[in-house]
Amino acid sequence: MIDTVVFYLFAALAVGSALVVVGQRNAMYSAFALIVTLGSLSAIFGLLGSPFIAALQVVVYAGAIMVLFLFVLMLLNVKREDSDATQSPGLRGAAILLGGALAFQVGVVLWGYRVTAPAGFDASTVQVARELFSARFLYVFEATSILILAALVGAVVLARRER
Amino acid sequence: MSPLQQDLAIAAVKVVAIFGVLLTLFAVMTWVERRALAFMQFRLGPNRTGPFGLLQPMADGIKLFFKEEVMPAGAVKWIFLAAPAVAVITAFLSIAVVPYGKPFRAFGREITLQIADLDVGLLYIFAVSSLGVYGVVMAGWAANNKYTLLGGLRASAQMFSYELALGLSWVGVIMLAGSFRIQEIVAAQAGGLHHWNAVQQLLAFIIYMTAATAEVSRTPFDLPEGETELVAGFHTEYSSMRFALMQMAEYVNMITVAALGTNLFLGGWLSPFPSLIPDSTLWFLAKLVILLFGFIWLRGTLPRLRYDQLMSFGWKVLVPLAVVNILVTAGVLAYLGGGR
Amino acid sequence: MSGALAQPALILSLLLFTLGVVGVFLRRNVITVFMCVELMLNAVNLAFVAFSRQMGTLDGQVLVFFVMTVAAAEAAVGLAIIIAIHRHQDTLDLDAFNLLKW
Repeated sequence: MIDTVVFYLFAALAVGSALVVVGQRNAMYSAFALIVTLGSLSAIFGLLGSPFIAALQVVVYAGAIMVLFLFVLMLLNVKREDSDATQSPGLRGAAILLGGALAFQVGVVLWGYRVTAPAGFDASTVQVARELFSARFLYVFEATSILILAALVGAVVLARRER
Repeated sequence: MSPLQQDLAIAAVKVVAIFGVLLTLFAVMTWVERRALAFMQFRLGPNRTGPFGLLQPMADGIKLFFKEEVMPAGAVKWIFLAAPAVAVITAFLSIAVVPYGKPFRAFGREITLQIADLDVGLLYIFAVSSLGVYGVVMAGWAANNKYTLLGGLRASAQMFSYELALGLSWVGVIMLAGSFRIQEIVAAQAGGLHHWNAVQQLLAFIIYMTAATAEVSRTPFDLPEGETELVAGFHTEYSSMRFALMQMAEYVNMITVAALGTNLFLGGWLSPFPSLIPDSTLWFLAKLVILLFGFIWLRGTLPRLRYDQLMSFGWKVLVPLAVVNILVTAGVLAYLGGGR
Repeated sequence: MSGALAQPALILSLLLFTLGVVGVFLRRNVITVFMCVELMLNAVNLAFVAFSRQMGTLDGQVLVFFVMTVAAAEAAVGLAIIIAIHRHQDTLDLDAFNLLKW
């Protein structure tokens, strides 16, 4: 009962701040709104029985990736009143219509989707880690670490000032 | 009272108690720091307000309360106001999972001396300290001042670089205890002085204390708020209570990392001579005081690191050392058949 | 942790994904577009976790771990590219990045 209340609270917060991300003209405010969205999603992850992913969401997404975004926004000195308005209303209408169509299609599928969920489920970190290092996912794990290394080197090289 | 109401009541009492203790400790710490630093520097420190200057924190508080609150022109108002709040909130949030004593039985139920006993306790602290970077970033940017912006960027870069070394230093401890819960990590250090993680994971302990000093921006890593660099760094434009809030955030962060270090590496409330003297919260307090005094001692002794020295030390020395520590710990555990 | 939350979580995931899609269509500042892409990725993460809860297995959570890692790598490289382009164009308007247009 209290789970449901907390869930809807955070869901409302997530949708509200997502609307700010999409609608706000100032990119810095969008970034802060995205941080709020990520935080509320982390709370929902916790409610869905994955505390490890909830903590990881805050550490990786809200704590690192968004800091990166904020750094870039500050360094590039994004003008505060960035005009996003010179777009034809026809295109805007078409965009919102297409988004609505997507939501409708997937919503129809989800509406009829019912699977009985097990009553209690709380994946501890040790379980998730054991799954990560199991035979199914070990290769993916190592490949991902090489991917991160490549991204690290790539980001440093791309952003370097040419001498 | 239903169990839920009982839980809420107990949690409320714990929260109020820890809040009170933290605020008192913050005030006392400011006094201790100024006196201890003064004695180390062969001068006296505050000794006029009250006996031995003990009322100095109160005088500071009253002074800050009555100062004029200035907001610079062109500052982004909401973010400027929110930044000290974010800093203080994250500072207080991280203390919620730090235990300070053995669980005891009262009213027919077990009460842990910890506000929230999370299964992912250490990950939670990592998450909250990642959020602490935002207080600094927001404060630096919102003041519409290029020096605070630079100071904020440097401070936040320092914070999350050393957070990495901090987190990596915990991995060895987690491997030894087999859990992220801080209660279990403390329990895994039972059995005398030689079981403490400061002895079994000495390298991790040193890395932790170094990274913690950098994380809370204490000397020798206090470039972000060094009074002689960049005016006052990212909190230049704050005055009165907002400045007091930023200072409170810094001190509470320091107390948190010291308390965490006590629990993770020095055995928390466990006694070093379990057969002679029993475990109690007093041991925890004693170790906490030792670590806090260590922070003050460092401030009085070491010069400040330059920014590039600081960053290269964090990335090129601490992180590789922490990784080596993890590898060696994992290797020894696998050899001994740990199988966690 | 009631399992009945998984259904509303899927609806929420759909809402966030749609908002992200609409954002990518509507916005012109390239960093905001990037943030809407991150919003979409998070919606997908939520869907994964909701399905993991419904199935009672851990596959969803492990996949979320990988999605997060890849998103971090992609954010780093993408922002580096944006910084590099900004050095040349001095604007963050997507319509100005049209040198490769035929």
